[in-house]
Amino acid sequence: MIRFDHVFKQYPNGREALHDVSFEVKAGEFVFLTGRSGAGKSSVLKLLTLIERPTRGTVTVNGQETSTLPARAIPAYRRRLGIVFQDHQLLMDRPVYDNVALPLMVSDTRFRDIDKRVRAALDQVGLLGKERVSPAELSIGEQQRIGIARAVVARPTVLIADEPTGNLDHGLAREVMNLFRRFQDVGVTVLIATHDMALVREFAQREILIDDGRVFSATPPDPGSGASPTSGMGVVA
Amino acid sequence: MISPGTYFSRHAQALLSAFGRLIRQPLGTLLTIFVIAIALALPSTLWLVVKNARIAAGDVTDSIELSIFFKTDVPLEKAEQLTAAARQRPGVGEVTLIPADDALEEFRRYSGFGAALDALQGNPLPHVIIVRPDTAYANPQGVESLKRYLSAWPEVETVQFDGEWVRRLTAILDLLRNVFAVFAVVLGVGVLAVVGNAIRLEIRARRSEIEVTKLVGGTNAFVRRPFLFEGVIFGLFGGAAAVGVVSLAVASLIEPVGRLAALYGGRFALTGLEPLEALVLIFGGSLLGVLGAWLGAARLIARIEARG
Repeated sequence: MIRFDHVFKQYPNGREALHDVSFEVKAGEFVFLTGRSGAGKSSVLKLLTLIERPTRGTVTVNGQETSTLPARAIPAYRRRLGIVFQDHQLLMDRPVYDNVALPLMVSDTRFRDIDKRVRAALDQVGLLGKERVSPAELSIGEQQRIGIARAVVARPTVLIADEPTGNLDHGLAREVMNLFRRFQDVGVTVLIATHDMALVREFAQREILIDDGRVFSATPPDPGSGASPTSGMGVVA
Repeated sequence: MISPGTYFSRHAQALLSAFGRLIRQPLGTLLTIFVIAIALALPSTLWLVVKNARIAAGDVTDSIELSIFFKTDVPLEKAEQLTAAARQRPGVGEVTLIPADDALEEFRRYSGFGAALDALQGNPLPHVIIVRPDTAYANPQGVESLKRYLSAWPEVETVQFDGEWVRRLTAILDLLRNVFAVFAVVLGVGVLAVVGNAIRLEIRARRSEIEVTKLVGGTNAFVRRPFLFEGVIFGLFGGAAAVGVVSLAVASLIEPVGRLAALYGGRFALTGLEPLEALVLIFGGSLLGVLGAWLGAARLIARIEARG
């Protein structure tokens, strides 16, 4: 599902963010990408979301080699990913509904289906009934849940989260992680970048440790792990 | 493949979104529309000046006429035949034959030389025809072509026409038309710049929203769409406001211009924008608006990339 093959990433300022990084995440797996700040986690996520391209090596997602993907194909590629940000990246001047509906609005989804799926996604994250509320009126935890609902509303096969619990207290962080676990249960591949080691230990999932741009430990995926690959996310009906 | 219903609903939504954005910034929106209205009203006013000048000049050019003097030995029957032939010529509007006897009688009546004329043995005057060109030929080139044609008849002694004033008048009208064209182009470019700049500022203000939209799979076309609709709205309302400004200006001038014309014995009435001209102005404004928005948005939006 996700495969990094001898990936190097050097930025224009000369900084080498990734050095010969190789790992694999199987379909339906739940994997933590860990490491201290500046270790290279964000670079991995940027390569996955095609914000950046590798200097060398190949990144393959859902069987698609991303380094050769033409620019015009990037939007369609991104629509198959669900992305959760540490700082939520919400549109504060739009209600919750519009924020969650955004990935469906940019695709060809019919309005009738959008409504159904937005409500289902909000239900999943416990925010049903707050469609018309501005995100600014909600707590940080609720804002993060809006971000998660937005990430899963288009039924992605891969869910990527960048420090999704970075601004949350431990209770809220556990709540968010449990949400991710529920998505994994229905076949979504989940890759979470975090430096919250307590949480990583608590959830006891496979871990890819990255430091100074190099992968230090990446246990190979257990052939038996992960849910059966599915093309969509069944949770959001 | 996107269904037509979804396609149109996406566009309708982009249009509503554009309206919403503009309504949320009423002052900025009104100022932009005002600037566009002035930029469109200036060439439109000049257009009306040209149009009214042509109408006024048309009254004058109605009096253009050529006098064709036949040789004195041309009999009346021949003059009548040639008069009929002249009527068939393209470009000829009206032909009047003045037989030599009628001319002499008239001269006798008004000149006061009756006794002197009685002393003459015969009629020294030739038959004359007066030719008025039709509207298409009431210009220096048309009149010149008629003059050449009529002068070539062997029975004609001379063709008289003082065309210098027609040439001058036409040159003035041509100059006004050119000034209008220059104004229209310069101010059209101005509208493009105004709309393009307004849209660029809007895009810069919404940069983070664009980044998020792209990160969840929004295409450049999707992001661009509401901004293009904003351009259309700016142009549409700017054009409509320009029609209003020009109509008000014309309405305020109709009475004094009519009074001035009356002082010169004319019945000239100032003409405003025709409905079709008003529509051209409004839709032309929209076209400039969408073009300006495209110029302002296309490259800038393509350059904005998600940062994650």
